Amino acid sequence: MPKLIKGVGCPYCGSSCDDIEVLVSDDETKILEVHNACIIGTNLFHHANDPTRPKLPRMRQPDGSMKEVTYPEAIDWMAKTMLKAKKPLIYGFGSTNCEGMSAVARIAEKAGAVLDNCATICHGPSFLAIFDNGYPSCTLGEAKNRADVVVFWGCNPMHAHPRHTSRYSIFPRGYFTQKGQMQRTVLCIDPRETDTAKLADHHLMIDQGHDYELFDAFRTVLRGFDIPETVAGIPREKIKEAAEIMKKAKFCMIFFGMGCTHTDGRNHNIDAAISLTRDLNEHTKCSIMAMRGHYNIAGPGQVWSWQFGFPYCIDLTKGSHAHMNPGETSSVDLAMRDEVDCFVNVGTDAGAHFPIQAVQHLKKHPFIAIDPNFCMASEIADLHIPVRIAGVDEPGVVYRMDNVPIQFRAVIKGLPGVPSDEELFDMVYERMCELTNTQPVWLAAKADRKYPESPAVI
Amino acid sequence: MAQGELIIKGGFIVDPTRKINGDVGDVAIKDGKIVEKVSSSAKVIDAKGKVVMAGGVDVHAHVAGPKVNAGRLMRPEDKLRAGTCRSNMAQKNGYRMESGFSIPSTFKTGYEYARMGYAFVMEAAMPPLLAPHTHEEIHDTPIIDEAALPVFGNNWFVMDYIRKGEVENTAAYIAWLLKVTKGYGVKVVNPGGTAAWAWGLNCLGLNDRVPYFEVTPAEIMTGLMEANEYLGLPHSMHVHQNDLGNPGNYAITIDSLKLAEGIKTKNKFGREQVMHSTHLQFHSYGGEGWGTFCSKAKEVMDYVNKTKNITIDLGCVTLDETTTMTADGPFEHHLHGLNHLKWTNVDVEMETAAGVVPYVYDPNIKVCDIQWAIGLELALYAKDMDRTFITTDHPNAGPFTRYPRVIKWLMSKQARDAVLNSFKHKDKVLDAISLHTIKRELSLFEIAQMTRAGPAKCLGLGAYYGGLAPGMLGDVAIYDLNFKDMPRDPEKIEAAFQRAACFVKSGEIVVKDGEVVSNGHKKTVWVNAKMPENPQVTRDVTQAFTKGTYTMDIRNYPVRDYLAPHPFVIEYDVEA
Amino acid sequence: MATVTLKPIKTPELIFEGYSITPDNFAGKTAAQIADLPGHEGKILMRLGDFFEISGNAGETAADTNIVITGDCSRVKYIGARMTAGTVTVNGNADMYVGGWMKGGKVHIKGNMDSFCGIQMEGGELICDGDAKNHVGCAYRGDWRGMKGGTIRIRGSAGNDIGTFMLGGTIIIEKDAFIHVSTHAEGGTVIIKGDVEGRVGGQMVKGDMYVLGKIKFMMPGYQKVDTVEKEVDGVTYKLDHYIGDLGERHGKSKGQIVYANLYVPAAA
Repeated sequence: MPKLIKGVGCPYCGSSCDDIEVLVSDDETKILEVHNACIIGTNLFHHANDPTRPKLPRMRQPDGSMKEVTYPEAIDWMAKTMLKAKKPLIYGFGSTNCEGMSAVARIAEKAGAVLDNCATICHGPSFLAIFDNGYPSCTLGEAKNRADVVVFWGCNPMHAHPRHTSRYSIFPRGYFTQKGQMQRTVLCIDPRETDTAKLADHHLMIDQGHDYELFDAFRTVLRGFDIPETVAGIPREKIKEAAEIMKKAKFCMIFFGMGCTHTDGRNHNIDAAISLTRDLNEHTKCSIMAMRGHYNIAGPGQVWSWQFGFPYCIDLTKGSHAHMNPGETSSVDLAMRDEVDCFVNVGTDAGAHFPIQAVQHLKKHPFIAIDPNFCMASEIADLHIPVRIAGVDEPGVVYRMDNVPIQFRAVIKGLPGVPSDEELFDMVYERMCELTNTQPVWLAAKADRKYPESPAVI
Repeated sequence: MAQGELIIKGGFIVDPTRKINGDVGDVAIKDGKIVEKVSSSAKVIDAKGKVVMAGGVDVHAHVAGPKVNAGRLMRPEDKLRAGTCRSNMAQKNGYRMESGFSIPSTFKTGYEYARMGYAFVMEAAMPPLLAPHTHEEIHDTPIIDEAALPVFGNNWFVMDYIRKGEVENTAAYIAWLLKVTKGYGVKVVNPGGTAAWAWGLNCLGLNDRVPYFEVTPAEIMTGLMEANEYLGLPHSMHVHQNDLGNPGNYAITIDSLKLAEGIKTKNKFGREQVMHSTHLQFHSYGGEGWGTFCSKAKEVMDYVNKTKNITIDLGCVTLDETTTMTADGPFEHHLHGLNHLKWTNVDVEMETAAGVVPYVYDPNIKVCDIQWAIGLELALYAKDMDRTFITTDHPNAGPFTRYPRVIKWLMSKQARDAVLNSFKHKDKVLDAISLHTIKRELSLFEIAQMTRAGPAKCLGLGAYYGGLAPGMLGDVAIYDLNFKDMPRDPEKIEAAFQRAACFVKSGEIVVKDGEVVSNGHKKTVWVNAKMPENPQVTRDVTQAFTKGTYTMDIRNYPVRDYLAPHPFVIEYDVEA
Repeated sequence: MATVTLKPIKTPELIFEGYSITPDNFAGKTAAQIADLPGHEGKILMRLGDFFEISGNAGETAADTNIVITGDCSRVKYIGARMTAGTVTVNGNADMYVGGWMKGGKVHIKGNMDSFCGIQMEGGELICDGDAKNHVGCAYRGDWRGMKGGTIRIRGSAGNDIGTFMLGGTIIIEKDAFIHVSTHAEGGTVIIKGDVEGRVGGQMVKGDMYVLGKIKFMMPGYQKVDTVEKEVDGVTYKLDHYIGDLGERHGKSKGQIVYANLYVPAAA
């Protein structure tokens, strides 16, 4: 009998929907049907059925070909390579669970590495802005239950976060928003006429790269001063109208995306958005939220903040203290400046995402890819180690875009012999301890994390 | 828990639970617990000429969870200030990296508490929806035992039941929530005010009505005290009152404390109070504005001294640059308007909110100096040290790593005067306080009451923590202080409490000469108050999820067992 | 005065963190002792002598010590960081954090500098004959206390984020700058003699800015109040005076609101 598993978390976008229902085969090895998820999420689940998924590590041979090796061999090579490197860089974690992020931190400390995550090429500027200006935010339920004005700035959830608008932001009927979309005024600020913009009540088609000026214009208007006739391509009257809508809201919610974080000024665009949010709180209630990309990309920011005090770009090369300064200790900068001599790509694809010069520099040194699937990084790597897929065949905690922890479950059994990220990193750590003749430090006895019983509710 | 035998020999024992005040004696430990005696093969720790106390118990600190981490994340400069953190020895031994000053990393938190000889710390505010996060951090905090108090004072279910006068339903909801979040007790932060903050409003008065819910802060506190005693929980309602941090708030503070009158304690855990009023320093302010700001510590403590069923902790300002963080969302919004620094806010659907703002308690600013004095005055006016506990509301009034400094100030008038004399606006400060007129210097026995016996009893943990009687947990701190010949230099008192000469946790030596030598065996403590199923509460909670007022699936709400792999569960049947 | 000469003999494979290269660390030491001072290449603890040939002994104090590096330091960070007195001269390029957190003395880079130079500087003088990259005289991440004092003079151009969260001191860029000048600043003076792309004085609370070239995109929160004659770096100009950022909070002094000031060449 196939089994229907309910309350499953989706390993796709930062919405981290956890209302998915998955029908699995009786022996819990095949995913048969996926309900409630968006098309991308559905495919991600089905992808786990792919019979060509790698089951063994592969090592680059002198002739350039890849040859399958055993896990102990791969672990030994990875441990030795990282210990030998002067400054290894461990990067990724867009798509894994917090248990893996916590386990990798032990290796990073032991190897004197730089630890970084995908935020460095996506919402890293948001972190910089939070450092400078804070983050007046809320959980998505607050937006759903209360927001009567919703602003999408430089983001397009209709494509990037397909169920965001129906679960949290535009359509759902919340406690104080029983009329759903009818009760909400939607503003979209985007240089393109995206599908989100088409859905909005007001679309401010901003000149690309001038977000900072428009935020300043809103703030200036809110303080009662006049502004030039057009700012960032938007007429003064339109700006005043939009400012008035936000000011008169009962609860104004601003969502922003990579349109802000990756145009000129980057963190300053978010910084100004946060200042606008602060200003609006003098008039009404206003919150702001980053549209984080992956289902657990908020995770490393949380885990490493409590372990090291920094969310990303953590330089652990000095044993005495952790150091962070994006622009210096960020992955792309380190790679472009040729500052690292070993690269570990975990659950992401630096091969596809990094600038070509950065990849060229990284390729001069040992390059290790840890990923359940084949990707560009795994194909250029010296060593590719497959792992289980967090949220499909491995359970664990993930942090939704609003930093709400969601306890994901495994819906099928993992491929035999293939470890989770956490198990793999723990084995590498143990091997490093053997090689350096030191005692491993486990803060707590390791409990069995595999297939925890789903506790009965109520 | 460590196996084997251990004996701590010849120290000056200070144990208020057994009224032992400096008698020379031995403490024997077997298999992690204190025993009458051990065999001759027991490992011997020489404590001659040193003070021996139970492991410290912190009744209120923000050490783990979403808002603490929001503070860590938003303050990289706090790490820069801390500078080099990890000693060569720690690096050599492979202990984990330590980071941060006012909001240390979880590793540093565990290590620093252990180095100060603390065994148990209560995380003071856990948002239920985000409980897995709090438990993940607790899991990553080495050595110390921890518990967390979920926040209830602005919870929709609670406000609804209380408006309808339903004590039993309130109690059933509390019992359910404690179980699913692995929580310890009932925390209340700015009752009603934080719920109002979801609309950008606040409740500053006890009889202000919460928008939509139509209850008042006074009703919420009274209702939660009644529900707490209905359940007979180990700890009492633990409240951060309304109107925190504002001049003249002492009147509302006393009015709130008066709500405890007439409520009787009911529990099997030795707890005597029905209300724990936390960080009282922030609530003992006189004056009509910042210009006339002054201490009302005496007035507040006069009431506390004569009311047996309340306990308090101090929340001492330590004159450091620190990070304020509280579920009192509207207060943090107000504070960032005063100091213009960065502001983080986290409103949590249906349950609570939180705010984080850095703050510099600058000794050159009059108000900060008066705040510093108020915290100490509260302790020095206290008559019953078993009901008065040392805290800094870490990190709000200062980091917990300053407890030794607070102890120094409480034990030495000379140390207090040195600080008073260093103030730029000393004369104006003296006009607003009475600290300079107080000669009292607390004894080691009183310090042990305030940091061990008292808080353990207040938390209903008196059977396990806070004393050295046989049967209690084998948590013993040894400080390099000669009871018979205390140092004249108060700095030596601070130094002794900052780095314990030795700390035994669960029967294992975890700190030696101030250096961590083991990652210990930590426990997570929570309460399971078993009640018959309450169909009304079950239905209400289920509907909040199925109707989508919550944005999470109900199956993913309870904290899974593996996230707290070292449970120490206080489980009992509620007697209706 | 004593001069210690460092001749680069080896380019680091990665980057050398030369945090010991300050007059304060050199003071009272012989050339041999200086060669033994630490630095990091990645996680490896190295010596200055691994990368430099060192000649000459240092003076008794930092103030008595001049350091001259005779070649390229493109891959050496932290030159002159945290120094309080004395001088450092580099006859070539230097990497990040030149003169960061410095309190006194003088640093002269004859080539180009990378980013984060003069970060959170409190005093002294930092001169660069070439170009500087980003974050000249800015604050460390998250700190609201940026550059407090001293002077930074870049004879070439600079990138973005100049004087972020600046509280005091002077930054002079003799050629062009890209974006974000004096963002969040609450004091200090920034002079840019060339052109700026835009975002001059955004979120600025207090302080002065002079842009003697063109600003391509003006912040909407700035308004012209008058035209003045002012001396800028020794030359007198007729300048249009703007105040702002009107979108940001501002303090009061003697009952008057104090705005940040932006001066640009007067319209003809």
